[in-house]
Amino acid sequence: MRTPFLAAKQPRSRRSGRRALLSVVAVAVAVVWAFPVYWMINSAFLDTVTLQRTTPTFLPFGGSLDNFATVLDDAGFLRALGISLTVTLITVAAAIVIAFLGALAISRFRFRGRRSFVLALLLIQMLPAEGLFIAQYKMMSSVGLLNNVLGLALLYTAAVVPFTVWMLRGFVAGVPIELEEAAMVDGLSRSKAFLRITFPLLAPGLVASGVYAFLQAWNEFTVALVVMTEEQSRTLPLWLRGFVQASATRETDWGQVMAASTVVAVPVIIFFLIVQGRMSSGLVGGAVKG
Amino acid sequence: MPAVLVVPTLLVLLAALGYPVGWQIVTSFQHFGMMQQFGQPPEWVGLSNYTALLTDPNLWVIVGRSIAFCLVCALVTVAVGLALAMLMYAVGRGPRVVLQVALLLAWAMPVVASMTVWTWIVNWRNGLLNWALERLGVDAQGHNWLVDPISFFVVAAVIVVWMSVPFVALSIYAGLTQLSPEVLEAAEIDGAGGWQRLRHIILPLVAPVISIVLLLQLIWDLRVFTQVKLLQDAGGVANDTHLLGTYIYQLGTGAGDFGMASAVSILMLVITVAVSWYYVRSLMKEES
Repeated sequence: MRTPFLAAKQPRSRRSGRRALLSVVAVAVAVVWAFPVYWMINSAFLDTVTLQRTTPTFLPFGGSLDNFATVLDDAGFLRALGISLTVTLITVAAAIVIAFLGALAISRFRFRGRRSFVLALLLIQMLPAEGLFIAQYKMMSSVGLLNNVLGLALLYTAAVVPFTVWMLRGFVAGVPIELEEAAMVDGLSRSKAFLRITFPLLAPGLVASGVYAFLQAWNEFTVALVVMTEEQSRTLPLWLRGFVQASATRETDWGQVMAASTVVAVPVIIFFLIVQGRMSSGLVGGAVKG
Repeated sequence: MPAVLVVPTLLVLLAALGYPVGWQIVTSFQHFGMMQQFGQPPEWVGLSNYTALLTDPNLWVIVGRSIAFCLVCALVTVAVGLALAMLMYAVGRGPRVVLQVALLLAWAMPVVASMTVWTWIVNWRNGLLNWALERLGVDAQGHNWLVDPISFFVVAAVIVVWMSVPFVALSIYAGLTQLSPEVLEAAEIDGAGGWQRLRHIILPLVAPVISIVLLLQLIWDLRVFTQVKLLQDAGGVANDTHLLGTYIYQLGTGAGDFGMASAVSILMLVITVAVSWYYVRSLMKEES
C-alpha cells in the first residue's frame, strides 16, 4: 500500500534538485548577459592607469567621477545632446500626430484601399535603411537639408510611422466603439464623444508610441552617419563614435570612452524598461496571445 | 473623411522613402564616374550596372558572406533564445526575474554604446577577453581578434547574438506562459519523457512565435551595418569585412559611384521584401 506513495515521492526530490540546478544556470546566464553593461559602468569610474594594469579591476573601488567630468566638459557633447534632443522631440511629436490619425483611419473606418494601406505599411516597416540611405543622402543634398535637424527628423519620422500606426491601431481597436456610441446617445457629437471618451483611454498607447519613436530617433546611427556629415551637426551616437575615434588617435582612454557610453546609454535604458512589453507584443503580433 | 486621415502618413512616407526608392531605381540605370564628380550629368547606361554587378565576383563574395552571416546569427539567436525561454519557464519566480532583468538591460543598450563596450572587451592590449583566455591557458596575449576576417565575424556574430537574444527569448517565453503546467504534468504522468514533452507539447505550441521571430531575425541580420562599421573603425580590415550595408555605404559615400550603389541597394531591398512577404502576410491574417 505504501509503495506507490514512496515511488511518487522520490522523483519529486530529484525534480527539486534539478530545479535548483536550473536556477543556478539561470542566474549564471543572467550574469553573463548583463556583464557588458556592468563592465561599461564599472570601467567608467576607473582611471587609465588602473584600466591598463595586466589584471582587470572588477569593482569600481577607488574610482572617481573624473571621466564623467571630462565627458560632460567636452564641447561636442552638449552640442550633440542639443541636436539629439531637437531631432528626437520633433520626431516624437510628428510621429504621434501622424500615426494617431493613420491608426484612427484603419481601426475605426472601412474604406477603399484600407487593406493595401496596411499591407504597404507593414512592408515599408521592413525596408532596411541600409538599402535606402545613399538615395536619402542625395535627396537631402539636392534640397539643401544635409546637416539639418529638420531633414533628419523627416527621415526618422518616416522610419517610425509605419510601426507606430500599427501599434496605435491595437490601442484604438481596444477601446470599444460602444463607449462612444453610448456617449452619443447621451447627446454628444461624434467628435466630442471621441475626444472626451476614447482619447483619454488612448493615453497609454500614445505614451508607448512616443517612447518607441524616442528610442529609435535617439539611438539611430546609420542614417545620421550619412546625412549629418559635419562635426557641428553630430547627434549623440555620432558624437560617441567621434569621441572613440579621437581617443584612438592617442592611446584610447577607455575610462573616458566608457563614461561617454554610460552617459548616452543610461537614459535610454530607463526609458526602454517602461515600454518593452508593448514593443515586443506589437512585433510578434497575434502569435502571442496575451 | 477616413481617407483624409491617412494623408499625412502617405505624405511623409512618400517624401522620405518613396522618392528615394524612385531615385534609386532611376539611378541604378546610370553611370557615375570621374566626370560626374565635376558636375557632368550622369550617363544612361541601361542595365550595365546590373550586368557589371552580377558578373562581379566581389559582389557575390559579399552577398554570400552577408547571407551566411545572417543565417548563422539568426539561427544561433533563435536557438539560444528558445533555450533561455524554456529556462525561464522551468525556474521559480526569483531566478526568472533576475534573468529577465539581465536580458532587458542588454536589449536596452544603444547600439553604439554596446559596440564601445565590446570593442573594449576584445581590445588586444588590455581587454578582458585576452586576459580571461590567458587565465585559461590560451596564449592570447596581444592577439588582435579584429585583424583576421574570420575572428572579426565571430566577434561581430557574438555581439549581434547578444543584442538579439533578449527579444527572442522574451517573446518565446510570452508564448510559453500560455501553456498550462497541468498539461505538462498530465503528459509526465502518462510517461512522456523530457524530449517527448518538448517535441510534442512545447514546440507545437510556440511554433508560430518561433517562426515569426526567426523571420524577423533573418530580416534584421541581413541589414547589419552599425556593428560591422564600428568594428571596422576599431581595427578590422574594411575591404575584407564588408557586408551588404557597409559595401553600399563605401560605394556611395566613399567611391561616389551612385549608379552601382543604387543597383546593390535595389538588390538588397528585393531580397528583404521577398523574405518579409511571409511575415507581412501572417500579420495581415491577424488583421482581418
